[in-house]
Amino acid sequence: MRVRLSVATATAVAAALAAVTGCAEKADDKAGDGGAIKVTAKDDSCEVSKKEFAAGHVQLDIENKGGKVTEVYILFPDDRIVTERENIGPGTKARLTAEVKSGSYEIACKPGMKGDGIRQKVTATGGKAVERSPEMDAAVAGYRKYVQAQADETLPKAKVFTDAVKAGDIEAAKKAYAESRIGWERTEPVAESFGDIDPKVDLREDGVEKGQKWTGWHRLEKSLWQDKKLGPADTALADTLIKDLTVWQKKVGTAEITPTSMANGAKELLDEVATGKVTGEEERYSHTDLVDFKANVEGAQTSYELLKPVASKNDPKLVAELDKQFAALNTLLDKYRKDKTTYVFASYDTVGKDQRKELSDGVNALAEPLSKLAAAVVK
Amino acid sequence: MSASDDQQTDATPGAAGPGEPGTGTGTPSRRALLGWGGAGLALGAAAAGGTVAALGGGDETATAAASGSAVPFHGVHQAGVATAVQDRLHFAAFDVKTKDRAELVQLLKDWTRAAERMTAGLPVGEGAFGGLAEAPPDDTGEALGLKPSRLTLTIGFGPSLFTKDRFGLEGRRPKGLAELPKFSGDNLDPARSGGDLCVQACADDPQVAVHAIRNLARIGFGTVAVRWSQLGFGKTSSTTPDAQTPRNLFGFKDGTRNIAGTDAPALEKHVWVAQKDGPAWLAGGSYLVARRIRMNVETWDRTSLQEQEDIFGRDKGKGAPVGKANERDEPFLPAMLPTSHVRLAHPNSNGGARMLRRGYSFTDGTDGLGRLDAGLFFLAYQRDIDKGFVPVQRSLARDDLNEYIQHVGSALFAVPPGVRDTDDWWGRALFS
Repeated sequence: MRVRLSVATATAVAAALAAVTGCAEKADDKAGDGGAIKVTAKDDSCEVSKKEFAAGHVQLDIENKGGKVTEVYILFPDDRIVTERENIGPGTKARLTAEVKSGSYEIACKPGMKGDGIRQKVTATGGKAVERSPEMDAAVAGYRKYVQAQADETLPKAKVFTDAVKAGDIEAAKKAYAESRIGWERTEPVAESFGDIDPKVDLREDGVEKGQKWTGWHRLEKSLWQDKKLGPADTALADTLIKDLTVWQKKVGTAEITPTSMANGAKELLDEVATGKVTGEEERYSHTDLVDFKANVEGAQTSYELLKPVASKNDPKLVAELDKQFAALNTLLDKYRKDKTTYVFASYDTVGKDQRKELSDGVNALAEPLSKLAAAVVK
Repeated sequence: MSASDDQQTDATPGAAGPGEPGTGTGTPSRRALLGWGGAGLALGAAAAGGTVAALGGGDETATAAASGSAVPFHGVHQAGVATAVQDRLHFAAFDVKTKDRAELVQLLKDWTRAAERMTAGLPVGEGAFGGLAEAPPDDTGEALGLKPSRLTLTIGFGPSLFTKDRFGLEGRRPKGLAELPKFSGDNLDPARSGGDLCVQACADDPQVAVHAIRNLARIGFGTVAVRWSQLGFGKTSSTTPDAQTPRNLFGFKDGTRNIAGTDAPALEKHVWVAQKDGPAWLAGGSYLVARRIRMNVETWDRTSLQEQEDIFGRDKGKGAPVGKANERDEPFLPAMLPTSHVRLAHPNSNGGARMLRRGYSFTDGTDGLGRLDAGLFFLAYQRDIDKGFVPVQRSLARDDLNEYIQHVGSALFAVPPGVRDTDDWWGRALFS
């Protein structure tokens, strides 16, 4: 259900981005020199020739006067990317164009192509300004940063896992499996908004459609726990997984994120728990469902904490309830790990029927009020 | 079939369905529509809790069902006990998850307000559509456009709610609200037994009953959790004795001599807890026993007609007791086998014990062995458990029917009196 929605959303996002960002090559010849904004990128500065410009067609003439390869972005205040240009070598020039509506933006240079970059606030004027609440922008920017960090941190962990698979080391691969999924599970609704990545990396056996090749974590999970052997096919699967996760890492910063999508994404993470983890279906071979469970709850909680300043103004009762229920569910989950600093949870096949019921009740207790968070944010 | 099948009554059949002295729901009851308000009230408080005052009119129940009318929610007694039995059931038992008494009280208030709306055929809260696009609607929506369908919602409090150090209710625990003794042949599944609270939803439309429980569960998430629930169909006993007696899944007429919802003296004597019975908060209420009785229908169906009839002590066609011609003829117990169901369940074999039953048949599909997972969901209301269900069930230890049935779920609840008006709420007398 959510996947279908997400695909629709992804299409809409793609259309919206196309409309706003435009295409650098096509726009090149139309840009008049008079209107262009000069961006001088150095290793420790990012100068722009004007901080106010007319909304509409905008052109950036970039010169990298630093010693590192850089990239330049135009960003919405919530950190969403309007447009970007990568790989601008030292001493070279580049041109970037975009269609922007009136409102606030940031121009960022990223020397070394890393981190948040060096930023300048700019304003596009004329026409109707886009109304944005600074609190909401902060929430979205915070979440965007979180999502990117999760993707960045996941890749090396996934490599530990896939390296073990490729080395034929079943024990090491089993050990690295669950942890390699944490970042993904924390931010799954965003990952799912790119309709094509999720089925490649996180599909379960029952979700495989006719003619579709089953790839991703769960295929390898089956090799490790069910088939108990690794072969050349698994090596190929490992490489594919890294390739697909790299695409995710690159794309994730461009995801359309809004306060309501954050709120509903939090609820969706609990839905994931309610339908897949509580039943033990998600990790049917490895029984590491509680690791995913915890990661889903952490991701939901991050969304919620970022939205809390807005929500607590509109619906303090709801916020009190959510604080209580997040705490209760986390306490319940902690019963299944000896050490709170690790993600070593009890194997889900050792979790009895009554305990699963208790976990399910805890999820319902949190998910029901969480479904009201979006309303509290937009009120 | 049930613990108290075929209980004799000294009431004259004919007055079907009690009147409900409801107060100001703003919803016209079937009775009011018919202009029977006076008649209903004349039956007195004892007969409250029902819907149609169909004095002498044998088809009134059917008419009420077809009309989909609303049963008043407010009254001296809760609706859903003496109310003419509806066709469908969704029964749910809940565990209270919170430790905070105030939170539980708030839930009971929220549930009461939702129950008022749903029994009147209205959606919960701000409805099922037209609200904020970003938020899930208050009401789940599947009962939109359906009639009230005589929906009744009846709450009960389980023994575990009164446990020491929980909600400070230990001093208010009724003496009769102890765990039931273990009965011979019980094979109880804890996952289908017990519960701190129960809600019985009865309606003529199954979707209306399911909608009601689903929405109450939703309101309750975090404060309560559903422990178990049961859907029922084909009421197996009637509180309207002039209507045709329904058949259970063994094909026998069941509940021929149930206490009629209009039989005020019998209700006073056997169903409603009196002030002097104590505790005060339960006066006007009742005790409810719920049992999930699995029926081995496949082996039953391979049993000869003679044996089937001997086991029940009734004829399969008309439902007449052994040696008699008609269903409602007075049974002559010595003519029946000493181990027959009717003989053992009869009040004469149990010191005059009687209950008001509103059980339902159930099927939950098949059980994985290809056997129909079916039986009777037995619901009985009584003034005193020790004089009602317990002696009858003990007596049934010798019942020949036991070869074909098994009690697999069990629960006991104290059912508080009715919600008086829109300021009142379920359990106010208990918690105040």
